[in-house]
Amino acid sequence: MLDAFQDFFRAFAADHPAWNFVFFYEERQWGQVISGLWMTIKLSVVCVIFSVIIGIVGAAMQGSNSRVVRGIVNAYIQFFRNTPPFVQLLFFYFALGSFTPTYSPDGWLEIPIISNVGWAIISLSFFAGAFNVEIFRAGVEAVPESTQEASEALGFTRMQTFGYIVLPLALRVSIPSLNNNLVNLVKTTTQAFVIAVPELLYESITIWNDFPSAQNPMMLVLFVAYLSLVGILVMGMNSWERSMRIPGYGV
Amino acid sequence: MTWTPDHPIVSIRDVEKSFGTLKVLKGISMDVMKGEVICIIGPSGSGKSTLIRCINALNDIQGGSITVEGQEVHDHKLDKLALRRKVGMVFQQYNLFPHKTALENIMMAPVKVLKEDKAKVAERARSLLKKVRLEGKEDSYPGELSGGQQQRVAIARSLAMNPDVMLFDEVTAALDPETVKEVLVTIKDLAAEGMTCILVTHEMGFAREVADHIYFTDKGVIVEHGPPTTFFDNAKDPRTKEFLSQIL
Ligand SMILES: Nc1ncnc2c1ncn2[C@@H]1O[C@H](COP(=O)(O)OP(=O)(O)OP(=O)(O)O)[C@@H](O)[C@H]1O
Ligand SMILES: [Mg+2]
Repeated sequence: MLDAFQDFFRAFAADHPAWNFVFFYEERQWGQVISGLWMTIKLSVVCVIFSVIIGIVGAAMQGSNSRVVRGIVNAYIQFFRNTPPFVQLLFFYFALGSFTPTYSPDGWLEIPIISNVGWAIISLSFFAGAFNVEIFRAGVEAVPESTQEASEALGFTRMQTFGYIVLPLALRVSIPSLNNNLVNLVKTTTQAFVIAVPELLYESITIWNDFPSAQNPMMLVLFVAYLSLVGILVMGMNSWERSMRIPGYGV
Repeated sequence: MTWTPDHPIVSIRDVEKSFGTLKVLKGISMDVMKGEVICIIGPSGSGKSTLIRCINALNDIQGGSITVEGQEVHDHKLDKLALRRKVGMVFQQYNLFPHKTALENIMMAPVKVLKEDKAKVAERARSLLKKVRLEGKEDSYPGELSGGQQQRVAIARSLAMNPDVMLFDEVTAALDPETVKEVLVTIKDLAAEGMTCILVTHEMGFAREVADHIYFTDKGVIVEHGPPTTFFDNAKDPRTKEFLSQIL
């Protein structure tokens, strides 16, 4: 069965030189596609989670009484929102990476504590996080002052008011924009290839460098993979939005 | 100095409050004894809401003092939580938490702020809903309730903290005339049970019937005050007379 499948694509590649689905019959390339896809998924999931946390913490900090705290958050947003994520990745990996300590498991090799994957996660999370701060802030601003006042009058602290009242309401307002930003983030993970993170684009390029005839099939793989990943994300976000819908409350 | 019930439960002395350069309260004094019902009336913008919000430190003050059960409210060392569990507040716009059911709205503060046992709080919340005549609405969200029903949930939510004093800021002003009554009945029940209530209201009939004492404010000062009969029938100050003639 598997043999027949592999033979079919081997023959197909012989007949159609531009459509060499090499990963369907070569174990090594199959492994590259799978590991690239897996890396892309890990990168996306971890960055989505971190960027949402950064967004929430940032939005909370923007409500701080301290001008210094608010200033720091604003500077962070300006930097990450107004510079290309591609350049940010390079900056984190090459500029900051050269200052991070290394460790040596065998006495010879010097391995940096933060790998290129680590830097990609940090860089991309902060990049998307900057937009998330703005998105959540808009949501926070949509929560009436009077609702927060009622909460304070009941003895909730500012932090409790944010956690129990403001954030749950702000999230509901923020979901559509959050949706867009997270979709963008998943797509932006491809840029991690610039610091040699072996995600799907990186592996695809490696494959078509070895097999130029596999370029079209690899493009196809990329499109299908991202359409599916983004599709799953959007479906998840939509069902989250539905589960948070409040009867009688329109946002 | 411990407070005893023969002293005012709320004591306001020469309170001054400004928003920037706008002076809103210009030396207000009043004493409220335990179990008393006080109504504050006066034209729009005279500082009624500001005054009542100063009592539970939602607003700060620039001069004078406010004590609740002998404790200075505007003392930076004061634990605000200690104050706010003593003083409940109900707002004109109800301000319920829209993402929580009626029961959850009532339970939230006792569970999260006072860290009380959830099952016990639930029991109390149900009996409070019964008290405000909203049995069966436990699982309704605020958006599914009428204004009057929401306001009664808001009252129950405040009562769940077992406050000693309740503040009401024009709590019927946003309601239809038919639903005003159901909220007033709830407050009347509370007053009858001996709850200390400070109300800002435009419901003169209600004030006359329920209040022990009426204060009339204008432009940040108390123009005149007295028991309802004296106040409504024998107002002395021309500003009070004019206000009453417009409203009655
Ligand atoms: N947060 C604020 N910042 C600036 N000015 C304020 C603020 N709150 C109230 N004021 C001003 O203080 C004055 C008194 O307002 P307040 O709300 O206490 O009046 P009120 O007697 O409750 O009136 P109403 O009957 O319309 O509710 C008004 O002139 C108002 O514009
Ligand atoms: Mg007012």
